[in-house]
Parts: sequence; structure tokens; C-alpha cells
Amino acid sequence: MTIAVLRRVLTMAVTLLVISALVFAIIKLPPGDFLTNRIMELRSMGEAASVAKAELLIRQYGLDRPVYEQYLIWIGLMPGPAGFSGLLQGDWGWSFEYDRPVSEVVGDALWLTLVVNLAALVFVHLVAIPIAIYSATHRHTAGDAVVTVLGYVGLAVPGFLLALILLFYANIWFGLSIGGLYDASFTGKPWDWPKVQSLLAHLAVPTLVIGLGGTAAMIRRMRANLLDELAKPYTVTARAKGLPPLRALLKYPFRMSLNPFVADIGNLLPHLVSGSVLVSLVLSLPTVGPLLLDALKSQDQFMAGFILMFVALLTLVGMLISDLVLVWLDPRIRMGAR
Amino acid sequence: MSPLLSIQNLQVDFGGHGAPFRALHGLSLDVMRGRTLALVGESGSGKSVTAQAILRILPRVATISAGRILFDTGRGATDIAALPPDGPAMRAIRGAGIAMIFQEPMTCLSPLHTIGDQVGEALRIHGNATRAEADVQARDAFARVGFPDPARALHTYPFELSGGLRQRAMIAMALILKPALLVADEPTTALDVTTQAQILALLTRLQDETGMAILLITHDLGVVANVAHDVAVLYRGRLVESGPRGAVMRDPGHPYLKALLHAVPRFDMAPGERLTPIRPARAVIPPARRPAAIDGPILRIEGVSKIFTLRSGRFGGPPRVVRAVSDVSLDLVPGRTLGLVGESGSGKTTVSKMVMRALAPDAGRVLFDDGTGPRDVHALAGADLFAYRRAVQFVFQDPYASLDPRMTVRQILTEPMEIHGIGGRERRARAEALMAMVGLEAGALGRYPHAFSGGQRQRIGIARALALDPKVLVLDEPVSALDVSVQAQILNLLKDLQAALGLTYLIVSHNLAVIDYMADTIAVMCRGRIVGQAPKAALFRNPVHPYTRALLAAVPDPSLDHPLDFSAVTGDHSDPGRWPEPYRLAPDEAGHMVEIEPGYHVRHGAADARRAA
Repeated sequence: MTIAVLRRVLTMAVTLLVISALVFAIIKLPPGDFLTNRIMELRSMGEAASVAKAELLIRQYGLDRPVYEQYLIWIGLMPGPAGFSGLLQGDWGWSFEYDRPVSEVVGDALWLTLVVNLAALVFVHLVAIPIAIYSATHRHTAGDAVVTVLGYVGLAVPGFLLALILLFYANIWFGLSIGGLYDASFTGKPWDWPKVQSLLAHLAVPTLVIGLGGTAAMIRRMRANLLDELAKPYTVTARAKGLPPLRALLKYPFRMSLNPFVADIGNLLPHLVSGSVLVSLVLSLPTVGPLLLDALKSQDQFMAGFILMFVALLTLVGMLISDLVLVWLDPRIRMGAR
Repeated sequence: MSPLLSIQNLQVDFGGHGAPFRALHGLSLDVMRGRTLALVGESGSGKSVTAQAILRILPRVATISAGRILFDTGRGATDIAALPPDGPAMRAIRGAGIAMIFQEPMTCLSPLHTIGDQVGEALRIHGNATRAEADVQARDAFARVGFPDPARALHTYPFELSGGLRQRAMIAMALILKPALLVADEPTTALDVTTQAQILALLTRLQDETGMAILLITHDLGVVANVAHDVAVLYRGRLVESGPRGAVMRDPGHPYLKALLHAVPRFDMAPGERLTPIRPARAVIPPARRPAAIDGPILRIEGVSKIFTLRSGRFGGPPRVVRAVSDVSLDLVPGRTLGLVGESGSGKTTVSKMVMRALAPDAGRVLFDDGTGPRDVHALAGADLFAYRRAVQFVFQDPYASLDPRMTVRQILTEPMEIHGIGGRERRARAEALMAMVGLEAGALGRYPHAFSGGQRQRIGIARALALDPKVLVLDEPVSALDVSVQAQILNLLKDLQAALGLTYLIVSHNLAVIDYMADTIAVMCRGRIVGQAPKAALFRNPVHPYTRALLAAVPDPSLDHPLDFSAVTGDHSDPGRWPEPYRLAPDEAGHMVEIEPGYHVRHGAADARRAA
């Protein structure tokens, strides 16, 4: 078991290395970079002092070196102008656009992103699982039909549209400020209790909006999975033993229907970071999504590179987690049987 | 004495999306204490519906519209039909008063929970036992049903067990609360004959020990003749005959039961005697055609071996090696049938897959002769391989899983022709001819598989195999998934098609009676080796090998004059180390084939060879 996990971690490291090369190559694909673009801009405006500073940055970050050297310096396998200082050493680089270290720019946004999306995730599961169970056990009843129609509506309504509508009414009825994850007056303030309260109040709308599409999709999938399992003979066996219906349902078919969702964790984790870009833009949430979009547009290479690598790492970690949970959950996988 | 269970005028209706229909038309029958009542009938006769009604686990679309099911709980009779199906009163009866075992021991056990958990569960619900108490009793139950290591069984998952042990686990689960009535719905249909005999022996023994009543649902009259005390015959939701076993079986009054007795292959059939299907099929058999003139076998399997390497149990252990097939040689004579018989795990399906070139042998060759001389199948490539694919076709065991539910019958039948470049017009004409050949209406070509019964689907499977006008058909258990009432139809159809089209069959089955009916030559396989090979008549006249004898002895015969000897079914028969001399084989010993009469070969051990030398 330990050996298998170690082997997985090793392949993960190799995968990450390959991904980092791809990410870097893609970021470097368009001609020029943030700084050369800026220098051209400044030159045309004749700001010599700023040009000098930009050229200093170019040398400082080795942007005048060949691309493969830049790559090796970035991941920390080759000494740069400031010695070994790359991703491997925990130096995430400099954001040229914000003129601050990437860690500072991303810092708050990263965990706010996780908070928003985790809230959405919890919301999805709390709402979807009971509804799916109800819908599967009351198949072809009026209740099932209502849930199904609501599910389709939830799938079909674009998140950003719903976000605008909800923001409008939240403002009118509850006096919430439009946009953001806390009231504008708290910006830049330390995290104290009123700010957390403000955060919790502002979380409701994004959670609902981000979660709604996922909830609808999850109800549909969970219902289909459960219906398959409910028709299996072992469900009948459980009833024939005299198990109360709910207990029989949760112990046997429900547990069987969980496997596909566990297998999905690998896709879910990166989605936490990059999935809600559109909604974040509309709601002007201070999350990573909009930052990534900006960084890609302005070729802010270390910023974009770091966020993409972070998402890749989350994907791999998610895959590992889902595999480990599957092994724990399903003895057939544990024993290597079919 | 009052009956334990008395079904009175029971009527069950199915509603739902399809046309409403009545599954049971006022059924009345009594199950007496300590006796076994066999409920016999074909699929759709209402026997499973009866079982489900007794436990109130009917499908949602079914309702009990009239009648009573009186069950004597020991404190007076309760009308089960009047109880709410998931209420506490009904749940208390389930498991504790009436327990049930099912046909498919694999799918009826949850793969995610240990059998110790699932067996002990009933105790924890009904008797409020703790996990530890339940484990102790579950262990006793495993010992009672014959688990080799009951303590280990507690922590075993169903997929780690053989089919026979799974069914034993189901029985342990049903009997742990010592119910007064056991409802057994086709408990042995999915098992090998030898395992079936063991399970039947177990049920009989447990009945003697506990005095429980058994309601045994089956379509196998051989099983009925061996374990039932009373028999009730259902036909289209009505009771057509009932009474003590001897009276009903010896002197069947209803034509349906008479027909059923003649629709299953038996060993005492006269040479050339045909089965009489319950409902005659109207297949249009094409005019006879001579088989291709080939000297020698059309297909020769020469010293073929196959070893499977399994991933080890836990992560990182050494891989396990299974010798699935060891040095098997067989000849298929053109226009004749070779039967390959053995228990599950004996390697017979692996052999058929190597013939199909679905698996590559680790040693040995498969030679196919299309009239131009024998050629190694596994060395074929390109156009030759394409031609071989056309010449050898496969009929699968499960007619439900082997037809794509999203394709119409026309698509299913024309797809092979499309792949092999047969023109559109010819394809359509041939599809209609194929339908007629297997006795189906050409009008049904546009329908999807779900619209057909199991027997009809198997006909479609046969038609698909014949689409490319093959020379050899490999039949893997062609009727074992089918209802008894249609087995005869399919077997007769296969025989007629063979005679007309000059086909060569390789039929693989664990059912000796089916092999006996179909095959000209029979090879018996055990643990990957052929232990006996002989012309049909010689093998059944003189079954010398202990394994062959054990297989034969385990087949339940529908006539009351040949009862199974339950004391003889021990499970030792498949261990070559326990065979008597001269058949005994040491572990990994190959032994050698000895011809005991013309064409009759039996495998002997090395000890025999040393004595001869």
C-alpha cells in the first residue's frame, strides 16, 4: 500500500514537471512578454526612467535569456540572477502587472476562492443528495416531476444572469452591497468579527449561483445512479431481511451509487479555483478566476504560470484523493478484483 | 394439522406504463410445516410473483388486488396480504418468520460489505444483537452451511467466493434467525450441476435439522423429483396441478406438465429421439447442403495451454499464476458436434476463446482447414484473418447482454455483413432469410431487442452468428440462461440448422444432459485438462473417470426412479490428488491419455505408467 502511494506520488511529480513545461511553453507562445510590451509602450511615450526600471526587471528575471533557461530558472532547476529561486524553492515569482510578488497578489484571493467554492460544494451536496434520493425512490410521481423540471431550469439558467437578478433583490430586500465578498468599507482591513459577518452574508448569493447548475446536474446523475442500483437484487435482499426502508437504502444502493462521485473528486478540486470565473467577474468577487483571466490577457507570465500550476497540482492531488477514497470505500478495488 | 402458510385466492395485478395485466388469477395453495413444496412453471407463469407477494417485496407497479396470505406466526395466523408492505409488522416477519434466497448469489449480495456483516445484519435488526454477538452467531451459521473456514468467512467479500459458497452465504443469511419458512427462488439455476447437488443436499439437511418448511421455486423437474415433498404447477398465473410428488410426477394429469416433462433433455432418450418443445416453433430450415469436403478435422486444437497472471491480492505482492488450460488437444470433424463439458473454472470457455482468437495460447496451435489445408489460426493476418473471422462465429450464453439494446434487429443482423462488404440489397434480403431460418417474423426486423423474450433473443443471436454463412459455430452455454420451455426449441433449431447448413459445432456447457443431446463426441475438462474424451454413447455407457462419474451422478433426473445420492456429493471430485488409482494426479502432474476402447481416451496418472513399464 505504502509502496503504491509512493509510486503514485513519484508519477505525480513527473506529471507536474511535464505540465510545467507545457504551461510555460503556452504562456510564451504569443510573441513578446509583459515587459517588452511595456517597454515599447513607455518608449513611445518617452518615459526614459520607467524604461530603465523595466530593463532592470528584464535582467533581474532573466527574461533576456533563452526560453529554456527562463523555464529552468522559473521552476528553480537553474540558478537565475538571484541564485536558485523558483517554484521548487517556494518563490512564486513577481507579478509585473501589480508590481508585487505573486504570493502577495494571489494570497487573499486564493483562500477566498476556496471558501466560496467549498461553500458551493457543500451546498450542492446538501441539497442534491436528499432531493436525488427522494426523486429516485418516488419515481414517476408528481414530486419527482416537479424536482425534475426544477432541475432542468437550474441547468438551463445562465449563472451570471441569475447572479445579477439575485444581487438586485438582495440589495433591495436585505440591503446587501452589490458585488464583492464583503462590504466595500472592510477592504484592506484586518479580519475581525464584523468583517467575517459581512463575508458570511455576502456568501449566500455566490454560493447559490455557483452551486445551482452543479446541484441540478448532481440530482440528475445521482438519481440515475440510484435508480440503477435500486433495481439490483441485493436491494431486494436487504428488504427481504426486514431492514427498514431508509436504512436499507442508505446502506446498500446509496453507497454503491457514490463511486462515480468519488471518482470525480479529481475534476472537482481544480474546478474550485477556475470554475467560477464568469460568475466571479459579474459579482466582482475577489477570487482567483478574474486574476487568471487578467494575467493571461496581459501576459503576466509568472502570475499566470503560478495559477495554472496550482490548478494542475490540485487536479493531481484530487485524483490521488479519489483513488485512495475509492480503495477505502470499495473492497473490489482494494482487492484488485474485477 | 393446519398449514404454516396458506395462500387463498391470491390475485396480483401489474399496472404501470405497460398494458395492465393479471399475474396471478386467484391462486390457492398451502405450505405445510417441515415439508418442501415445489412451485413449478416457466417464466411468466407467476411463480416468482407468488414468492414476492409472500414477502411483500413485489415491484412497485404490482398490487395484491384480492385474496389472503395467512402465515402462522406461532401466535395465530396473520394475513400478510393485508399488512402495509414496509410497516413494522411486515418487517418483523421478513427474515425472522419467512426468509428468502434468490437465483443469482452474486448480485443478491452487496459487493461492498463483508458477508459476515450481511449475514449478521438480520440479527442486529430483529434480535437487537450487538455486532460481536451477531458475529458469533454468523460464524456458527457459516459452519452449519459448510464454509471451510467460518471465522475467516466473516471478513470475506462476496466476490472472493465461488458461486457455490456465495449461495451458501445466502442460505446462512436466510437461516440465521431460524425462520419457519424458507422461500427459495431458483436457488440452484445459476450453479454447476455438482454445486447444485451440494446445495440441494445442504437444504435437505438443514430442513431435517430445523424442521423449517421450504417453498422451492424452480423450473427444473429434476430438482423437483429429488427434493420436493409436494408439487404445485403454475401455468399463466393459475394453479393447474398440485399434490404429493409421487402422484403428480408419475401420473401428470395436465397436458402442460406432460409437455414440460418431455421438453428437457434426459439421459434415457432413445438415439435420434427429438425433444418436443412446449410451443412448436416455425423455423424455415433451408434445404440441406453438404458440408465442405475436407479430409480430417475442420478445426484442430493442438496441445494448447493458457496461463493467466493475476494481480496479487494486496498492493505490491507477487502476482498469482493460474493455469487455465493445460495441453488441450481436440479435433472438430466437419458437420459434427464436439461437446466440451466441465464445471465453471475448468477452462472450457478459455478454450473456446482461443478458438475465436479472442485469446492467444501460451503454447500449442489452433489449426483451421478451409479446404485448402490446415493453417495456424493465430498466425493468420490481413485478408486470411478476415476470412477466418467470417468462417467461425460465436453464440453467447446471455441473450440479454449479448445484443446491443440500442440497435434494431435489422442493424444487429446486417452489421456483420456490412463489415464484410456485402451489398445493401443482399444484406436486406439475407436479414429476412435469417429471420425465417430462426423462426421469427421478418416484420420484427425494425424492433429493438427489449421487445423480445429470452428465447427469441437467443434466436436473434443465432441468426447474427449465421449472417456470414460460417462453417463453425462456437456455442457457449447456448441454453443455460433460457427458460426450460424454450430450451428445447433452441436445441432443436441448432440441430436442424446444423443438418441443413453442414455446420460444425463446438458446444461448451456444464449441463451434461444438453451435451448428451447435442454432441457426437464429448470431452470432459477438469482444472484445465481433458480427463476423458469419447464418442457420446461410449462415455455415458461407461463413465470410468471419477470426475466424469461425479458430474453424471450430480445431474438430477426428473424420473423418481433415479434419486440423487446426496451422501456422494462431497466436492472432492474436482481434486486430482484425491482421485483413485490409476487416475490420481500429483499437483502439476500432467499424466497421459490411455485409450480404453476405440476412440475413448482417459487420463491416467504417472503411477499407472510406472506400473505398466
